[in-house]
Amino acid sequence: MTYDPGDVVEVVREPPINAAASLYRTFGETLRGLKTTFARIAEGPTTIQYPEEKTPVYPRFRGRHKLHRFEDTGLEKCVGCSLCAAACPADCIRVVAAENTPENRISAGERYAAVYEINLSRCIFCGYCEVACPFDAITMGHDYELSDYTRSDLIFTKEMLLAEPVERTPLRAEGE
Amino acid sequence: MIAHAEVFFYEPWWIQIVKALVIFLVIFLILPILIVYERKLLGRFQARYGPNRVGPFGLLQPLAEIVKFATKEPSRPTTSVGFLYRIAPMISILTAVASLALIPFGDVQHIFGQRVGLYGIDVSVGPLYVFAFGGIAFYGIMLGGWASGSKYAFLGAMRGAAQLISYEVSQGLALVGCVIAAQTLSLTGIVHAQGNIWFFIPQIVGFLIFLVASFAETNRAPFDLLEADSEIIGYFTEYGGTGWVAYEFAEYANMIVVSGIMVTFFFGGWLLPFGIHPPGWVDPIVVLAKIFLFLTFFIWVRATLPRLRYDQLMSFGWKILLPLATLNLLVTAIVVVA
Repeated sequence: MTYDPGDVVEVVREPPINAAASLYRTFGETLRGLKTTFARIAEGPTTIQYPEEKTPVYPRFRGRHKLHRFEDTGLEKCVGCSLCAAACPADCIRVVAAENTPENRISAGERYAAVYEINLSRCIFCGYCEVACPFDAITMGHDYELSDYTRSDLIFTKEMLLAEPVERTPLRAEGE
Repeated sequence: MIAHAEVFFYEPWWIQIVKALVIFLVIFLILPILIVYERKLLGRFQARYGPNRVGPFGLLQPLAEIVKFATKEPSRPTTSVGFLYRIAPMISILTAVASLALIPFGDVQHIFGQRVGLYGIDVSVGPLYVFAFGGIAFYGIMLGGWASGSKYAFLGAMRGAAQLISYEVSQGLALVGCVIAAQTLSLTGIVHAQGNIWFFIPQIVGFLIFLVASFAETNRAPFDLLEADSEIIGYFTEYGGTGWVAYEFAEYANMIVVSGIMVTFFFGGWLLPFGIHPPGWVDPIVVLAKIFLFLTFFIWVRATLPRLRYDQLMSFGWKILLPLATLNLLVTAIVVVA
């Protein structure tokens, strides 16, 4: 659809130069500016004091991964299929599967992940692993404070991924 | 024959020294408070907190900064003129502090059986003294920019000097209205003359002109061209560490001086409205409180108005403020004589 300006095009011009009017405009606008900035004091600061106060995240925020267990049996959901590793574009997941035995039963399936490592210094937090997983064993959590001093500390092992995060990231409330 | 300025009242020499020390110390201690106050208030104006990490509520922030600046390696450009480069910030501080001597914080009081005037000195050339030191303050800027041996600093100094000269004229003329109305040049005399009505009501035009020109004189926003934080092209481009702190110190001291002059000339100094006459020891508190209000206004305007362009600055100073100040002076003179 093309833009039709109609028959009459209204041209907005700047107001005519007039000493009294321009003086009023100058002072009026200055006072309006002062009012605007003063309103910010009444409003109060809107910044978040980060280390003490954290920015709440949305429910679908993709933070650090989590591995899950079945709540009733306590068995790991991961069966060591390596689909997540295959889906990972950054190639940061390493899975080594092993057979479950009747006396040493770790997961609900035939096999389990003997080694499950995510190298978070390579991870791009795309969430493809979560999508690829047929058992919902891996999901993206909400934690985003992942800095560390050495690269090797950023390789998260299965125990670390299964454990609850030390500090929970606040979740955004409904409609926030 | 040398014409000496008449000094209206003076105490024994030791009281003079104690007074000078007290005034200097009080202002010296107010400066860090003013700096942290400005930054916290600016933060509030911009919907943020401002410094709140160092010490309780961030009150030790200026202390941390002083330590930071004092421990910086002193350096200067190879093209600079060493002696002048070092002495220029001192001139700036000297003129700012010297002007403080004039601001009356109270009337003559009886303290320990001595009659003590709560001001540095009360001379018959009050405003002239202030503007004389304002004139010397140019040298702090000009020498600082020139001795840096840098083109940018030199251009900044030139712009700065032009700005200060342009606005000092209107500033002076704005005060003359008060002097005519009070019929005296003594600052305490001017305060006493405001017993009935503070001069900012009959001299409202003069007050506004002085207020606007003061922003330019103290290099505060919206006239902070010679500092121009965002462009960093000013007379102190080549200064770092303590030299830069000295210029900063002078700027804030100048803010206090200018606020003090506005309080003295237009807002009745230590006088209170509605016929309230508190005991003498309240006077300095009243003056400081009024100064504080003006400082708050300075900060408020800094948070609000964008910087002017250089040609706007010049045409505003010469084409609007100066004719207005002259007109104000003429009208005042006619009213007083008629």
